[in-house]
Amino acid sequence: MIAAMMASSYNAKEEDGHHSGSSSHGGAGAVKSKKPDNTAFKQQRLPAWQPILTAGTVLPAFFVIGLIFIPIGIGLYVTSNNIKEFEVDYTGVDINSPCYSCAKNFSWNSTQSCVCSVNFTLEQPFESNVFMYYGLSNFYQNHRRYVKSRDDSQLNGDLSALMNPSKECEPYRTNDGLPIAPCGAIANSLFNDTLDLYYVDSNSTKTPIPLAKKGIAWWTDKHVKFRNPSGNTNLTVTFQGTTKPVNWRKPVYELDPSEADNNGFINEDFIVWMRTAALPTFRKLYRIIQKKSGTTPTLPSGRYILDITYNYPVLSFDGRKRMILSTISWMGGKNPFLGIAYITVGSICFFLGVVLLIIHHKYDTRNNSADIPN
Amino acid sequence: ITRGHQNKLFLTLQNRTRIPPCVYIGHKEPPPGAEAYIPQRYPDNRIVSSKYTFWNFIPKNLFEQFRRIANFYFLVIFLVQLIIDTPTSPVTSGLPLFFVITVTAIKQGYEDWLRHKADCSINECPVDVVQQGKVVRTQSHKLRVGDVVMVREDETFPCDLILLSSSRHDGTCYVTTASLDGESSHKTYYAVPDTMAFRTEQEVDSLHATIECEQPQPDLYKFVGRINIYKDKEEPVARPLGAENLLLRGATLKNTQHIYGTVAVYTGMETKMALNYQSKSQKRSAVEKSMNAFLIVYLCILISKAVINTVLKYAWQCPNISFTYSLYCTFLDTFSLLQVIRAFTDFLAFMVLFNYIIPVSMYVTVEMQKFLGSYFITWDEEMFDEELGEGAQVNTSDLNEELGQVEYVFTDKTGTLTENNMEFIECCVDGNVYIPHSSGAEETDESCEHEDLFFRALCLCHTVQVKEEETVDGIKRGIHQGRPTSFYISSSPDEVALVEGMKRLGYTYLRLKDNHMEILNKDDEIERFELLHVLNFDSVRRRMSVIVKSSSGEYLLFCKGADSSIFPRVVSGKVEQVKARVEQNAVEGLRTLCVAYKRLSTSEYEEACHHLTEAKLALQDREQRLAQAYDIIERDFVLLGATAVEDRLQEKAADTIESLHKAGMKVWVLTGDKMETAAATCYASKLFRRSTQILELTKKRTEEQSLHDVLFELNRTVLRQPHGHTRTEQDSNFDCLDFGLIIDGATLSAVLKPNQEGAAHGNYREIFLEICRNCSAVLCCRMAPLQKAQIVKLIKASKEHPITLAIGDGANDVSMILEAHVGIGIMGKEGRQAARNSDYAIPKFKHLKKMLLVHGHYYYIRIAELVQYFFYKNVCFIFPQFLYQFFCGFSQQPLYDTAYLTLYNISFTSLPILLYSLVEQHVTIETLKREPSLYRDIAKNSLLRWPVFLYWTCLGVFDAVIFFFGAYFLFDNTTFTSNGQMFGNWTFGTLVFTVLVFTVTLKLALDTHHWTWINHFVIWGSLLFYVIFSLLWGGIIWPFLNYQRMYYVFMQMLSSGPAWLSIILLITVSLLPDVIKKVLCRAMCPTATERAQVGFALKWRLYKAAFFTPK
Repeated sequence: MIAAMMASSYNAKEEDGHHSGSSSHGGAGAVKSKKPDNTAFKQQRLPAWQPILTAGTVLPAFFVIGLIFIPIGIGLYVTSNNIKEFEVDYTGVDINSPCYSCAKNFSWNSTQSCVCSVNFTLEQPFESNVFMYYGLSNFYQNHRRYVKSRDDSQLNGDLSALMNPSKECEPYRTNDGLPIAPCGAIANSLFNDTLDLYYVDSNSTKTPIPLAKKGIAWWTDKHVKFRNPSGNTNLTVTFQGTTKPVNWRKPVYELDPSEADNNGFINEDFIVWMRTAALPTFRKLYRIIQKKSGTTPTLPSGRYILDITYNYPVLSFDGRKRMILSTISWMGGKNPFLGIAYITVGSICFFLGVVLLIIHHKYDTRNNSADIPN
Repeated sequence: ITRGHQNKLFLTLQNRTRIPPCVYIGHKEPPPGAEAYIPQRYPDNRIVSSKYTFWNFIPKNLFEQFRRIANFYFLVIFLVQLIIDTPTSPVTSGLPLFFVITVTAIKQGYEDWLRHKADCSINECPVDVVQQGKVVRTQSHKLRVGDVVMVREDETFPCDLILLSSSRHDGTCYVTTASLDGESSHKTYYAVPDTMAFRTEQEVDSLHATIECEQPQPDLYKFVGRINIYKDKEEPVARPLGAENLLLRGATLKNTQHIYGTVAVYTGMETKMALNYQSKSQKRSAVEKSMNAFLIVYLCILISKAVINTVLKYAWQCPNISFTYSLYCTFLDTFSLLQVIRAFTDFLAFMVLFNYIIPVSMYVTVEMQKFLGSYFITWDEEMFDEELGEGAQVNTSDLNEELGQVEYVFTDKTGTLTENNMEFIECCVDGNVYIPHSSGAEETDESCEHEDLFFRALCLCHTVQVKEEETVDGIKRGIHQGRPTSFYISSSPDEVALVEGMKRLGYTYLRLKDNHMEILNKDDEIERFELLHVLNFDSVRRRMSVIVKSSSGEYLLFCKGADSSIFPRVVSGKVEQVKARVEQNAVEGLRTLCVAYKRLSTSEYEEACHHLTEAKLALQDREQRLAQAYDIIERDFVLLGATAVEDRLQEKAADTIESLHKAGMKVWVLTGDKMETAAATCYASKLFRRSTQILELTKKRTEEQSLHDVLFELNRTVLRQPHGHTRTEQDSNFDCLDFGLIIDGATLSAVLKPNQEGAAHGNYREIFLEICRNCSAVLCCRMAPLQKAQIVKLIKASKEHPITLAIGDGANDVSMILEAHVGIGIMGKEGRQAARNSDYAIPKFKHLKKMLLVHGHYYYIRIAELVQYFFYKNVCFIFPQFLYQFFCGFSQQPLYDTAYLTLYNISFTSLPILLYSLVEQHVTIETLKREPSLYRDIAKNSLLRWPVFLYWTCLGVFDAVIFFFGAYFLFDNTTFTSNGQMFGNWTFGTLVFTVLVFTVTLKLALDTHHWTWINHFVIWGSLLFYVIFSLLWGGIIWPFLNYQRMYYVFMQMLSSGPAWLSIILLITVSLLPDVIKKVLCRAMCPTATERAQVGFALKWRLYKAAFFTPK
């Protein structure tokens, strides 16, 4: 594309520019000649392509860019619009919201978990796989001290690091003299709300929607980057001599009671959390609702209930918690930005092409005629 | 010379206050009573040119490197990173700094090791010393002051020696000083008369003498000393010693079997050679100055960024204590630090985070560009001179780009504009003109006495030597005369031309033998004259004389010199006729000399002798006293006639000057010649055209009017022209309004003299400058060497601060070469002194054209792009990181991974720009040569001016904003993978970084006008390298790293379609404004260069069409 934007004029210069005949002139005896080599490189005469950006040559490039970008943009925009997304804020700031009391009465020490239910209605059915996210706002997961407060060696199953975590984990490195596993602030602040989704059909029966927890983390993370120390057998023994992070209720090897090989450092919820978000408002993949066989939509339109086990406090830093349901296309979630940007840039290029066409006709002809003396 | 004189002199000398160093030859004490023996300490003959020793290398070298402000800055950043908790590891800045420091240290260490080796080989080279009547071989560094040394033919003198005796019978020896001042001609040195008869070691060893001489000084051509020879308890005999007795270290003995010399005071580091190795003062180019200014701006930007972020951090934290932050509140408070100290630490951390905006690598790249780039000058075949067998030389690579900025060219005339290849044209005796070749001279029957004297004068009054061997590597002037070929050799080509001219007129100078000059006259008879004294030529007196005794016993003084120095001293002769002829010749551009003579009676001769010896024996102020003596002796002449010698213009001199003029440079000719000759040369070389209106500011004119009036009148003449308009439309009005100024040395010194009459008359200097500014060409004649430098300095200091270039070939041009911004030496016939002291040396004046218009132009655009681009790419690099701070709670979180931070400037983006800055040619060499006016496009540092700098910086900021917010909106609360998984902050950074690397490299690709295969290789290669590196860096769990944050990040990113789309989109958007700006500028108001580019492209297209379309 860049190449097409340039006027091309290939200038292949002959390799020997000025070979004066007198070079053999001083050859009486073995006089060491200091005469420089007559190579194309040394004489700065390498053959070269000499493109110039002029209105005339850039013009077609602009039109081409415009013509390519606008359809791409429209495609992206349409795709993005076809994606269905539903978002519900369950923080419980408002006194009327169902989680208000949970949010209000939160304390780290309470062993009793607070459960609240949020009702919502999907206007349109969600086809194909639906992805369930939890979203946090005003949560600076990209804070420098936070980001570095982890020990990748420990998470990779290194035994020495398990017992002696890196200094980066301070002040969440040890507790009561025992090393914390997993250490560090990121692990310590693991998102621990539990979300359950129920479909309420016309006769008001609550049908639980199966939520798959496999495949929410990067495959490479799950299988290479995160590993339990010395294999997966009997994690309780493996983690003996370590303690759980301060804010956790359960030790790391009991994160998923339902599935044995989803415990320890390779727990997918944990892995997802450990990939720190880029921006203070972010979402993380929580569960996947697999498409059912047949023609029935994954999530038909209708009423739903979201049951939340409210464990995670966000009000102290003015944060918000959300649950997001979204379908996914080849280009990911709903994001009109890319489509709009492509359409805009394509249009600008097209417009510029027109402007340049005018300029080209107005100036270039004049210049060119004036510039070639003979 | 009688003993009486000597003793008297001795006494006067002893009354001096300073006791000069005293050398005891052969370490023998003088007979007691003569003088008290004071043992003195002299340095040994060890040469130490090395800077470091094994022990002090590391501390001394480090100290010197960290004295550079940039290195110091990076050291501070590194130390800050070590001390406080900073976002990036100390490795990121420590590694590049370590690399730079190590490379520099290795380079300097290697150079020093070479110096050590060279020192060693010099210090240990064998030397023959005479001890107890025998020749003993020792090592050079063991020589002591006072040793008697024997030197054989083709050996180099191990230290400064006084010549005692030579194997030649006349006590002379020939020496070339090629390694000292580059003059390969043979110079004659003389033995002390009292010792020249010594033939054997025993004889030399029996010598009992002391030498007194002045303190060591670097002037190669000055030496004042005295030797006291003790013979049998008598009063010592004192002889004067001059530069002609002193054999300098580094010179080589030629055509003499062996000599005995005694070590003079000067050994080791006190030798004149060693004293001359002082480094020249560092010249800095205008580009470097703007670079430093930009650096300061960036430093301010850096500091303000850090301040803004620090302030915002604390402003943000108070109302909005984040969950993650609150986790640390207790942690931080345990330190119980003062808030101020914490804030300061934060400030430093931000500094560290943004410090890449001033990159270490820029200095390295600039240095490399200059060093490697300068090879193109030495490699240039077109600047190679077949005759000389040499090409251009680069003595300093710091000033390459300055060659593209020259506004004033100061050139010497003789040897620079002209060939300095003299040809005798004619002579005139009392108004009768003799021209060789043209069927002989008009034979006047009455062979008048003046004619005889004139020819003899020219045959005798010179310092030409005759070489009879064929293998002389001096200037070759063959004369065939039945005998084996012989050559005339002289340091002045004028003299050779004159003597040869005489030969063609029938008078052949044969040789100097036993102080007798032999001449073969017209009738093939040999005449012998005893040479009594030579009053050498110097540039102040502008004449030389000899005193000879003819075979008939007559004492004659012949003098030849410039007309201005002869005419005032003439009392009789046909002055009018000769003067008319001289002036006529001068107008034709010939170099004229006048010849006069004077008969001396015996008593007059005795008196002259007395004056001369007295002056020669003086230890102090000898120059001055000699000048006085010459002044007394050289007067009351009888004028004989004048000679005319042609100095042809150098090949293409006129073309070169014309090109320089078209390129907008002002050319000044500074010469010692007289006005008419110089003006004629100026016309011939098209410095003045027929249409040029000549303004004269000469002594002749100021004698009529006062200087004040003349200056004001000239100023009025110049200002009357509406020059303001002519400047803008230079091309069309080029020929019609043109002033040329001629000024002579005397008037110049009057102009430059501080005004004593007070401020009422205004400052002449300013008016003079005003006049000069409006003249396209200025000729300064009758200039002393120092005045040349003064002129350069004057222009340099004028209010526009133009860039000056001085070009010359002789020793008299050295001062101006050193003074000008760029000094260019011509490897001329008058030795290598100018070339040695210059920044660049070229074989011929015509090469100046390519040097400035092509090489200078290229170097300038290359380095300008290099500097601007470096700042640009680092703004692009760091500004997103700055923006990111607003989204990460001002926590100094780096956007990019450490590896990217470190390698961005070192390997991802460094090679393309380095290569660009080495091979870019925005227009072809041919176009640049054909259209010198393109040089005006880059005048006045046009590519590095503030608006341009601002444009680049804004472009950088714009691109950075695009990168960052492009990625931001893409990441904003959504996913862009097709499996619903989320990306983290490192993917965000990697996306920005990928766009950054591609944009910045493609921006350079857009700027490249000259795509050789190397450009393709490096540009696409470095992009490929980035991709491969990223794949590798993320592809493995690196065992030695304590974090694995980049694991699979790059690959995951590439597996997502929207990432590709957004990368393409962001690159396009980032490059768009620059492309539009380029196209619009070219279409609306193209510069001459751009027109030339288009012209070339179109012509090429037409050419192709003509050749490749079927007819």
